[in-house]
Amino acid sequence: MSDVGLTHYLLLGAVLFVCGAVCMATKRNAIGILMGVELVLNGASINFVAFAHFNRAFEMEGQVFALFVIVLAAAEAAVALAIVLNFYNNHATVDVDTAEELKG
Amino acid sequence: MNSDAILFYAIAALTSVCAVAVVVSQNIVRAAAWLLFALAGTAGIFFLLNADFLGATQLLVYVGGTLVLVVFGVMLTAQGPFINMRIGAAEWAIATTVGLLLYAVLAVSLVQINMGKAEPGEMANSENIGLSLLGVKEATPVADVTGVPSGDTMSDKPIYRNRMSYLLPFEIVSVHLLVVLIGAAYLARAKRRRGGSL
Repeated sequence: MSDVGLTHYLLLGAVLFVCGAVCMATKRNAIGILMGVELVLNGASINFVAFAHFNRAFEMEGQVFALFVIVLAAAEAAVALAIVLNFYNNHATVDVDTAEELKG
Repeated sequence: MNSDAILFYAIAALTSVCAVAVVVSQNIVRAAAWLLFALAGTAGIFFLLNADFLGATQLLVYVGGTLVLVVFGVMLTAQGPFINMRIGAAEWAIATTVGLLLYAVLAVSLVQINMGKAEPGEMANSENIGLSLLGVKEATPVADVTGVPSGDTMSDKPIYRNRMSYLLPFEIVSVHLLVVLIGAAYLARAKRRRGGSL
């Protein structure tokens, strides 16, 4: 148990993933949901880098994919915040439960 | 227990505790502060895995860029009732149960699966990553080349290390980032009154 292996890193990534998923499900604030998405993406990139470290065949791929994850998360955060600000300007709230115009 | 293991357990505990605190904290400003430490702990994990370029990128882009964006969003929308948004106890119970069940499934499958032998190899350094993003193939062979490289898969010594070229994804991502930032600036621009003087 004292030797840190691949499984330990994957368990840590799973912790971040589950926290992000629960955060997305429970927060009513739109920005809180965005934070959950960030946690999920971080868990995924920990998995990528751990596999890159422990498997020689993926030493490049894991890092490059984690790099793309970081860049795409930045883009996603920019667009999501723009949408949240627009929603806040129109509705004067960031509660996602009030976004129900499209409800059938 | 060597120093690597101690460092891993310390950073992993920090990251996990901060991630859980993001979920349970009701105050959105405090959740943003906990998220800062969780992302910094992830960067520490990257450094521990010898991915130094990736750890630096995580600190610069995520902690320095994305989180500042999130904090600005919090500051622009955090007014009285929106700082604390509580949900009911029943919803908390359901969410905790589902989260623990999901983690149990993941953990059991991760522990029980046979990963094969996982020997930590050397990680590609930032020079290799940069070259692969620029699409440079391996110019010089790693090992001695005797004659034309044939399809002899039985030879134990790899003649060419097959390095993927990530030039096209790199370009797509950069154009995507440009388009997204222009679109975000367009979406979040200050609205002008229709039919007004301006």
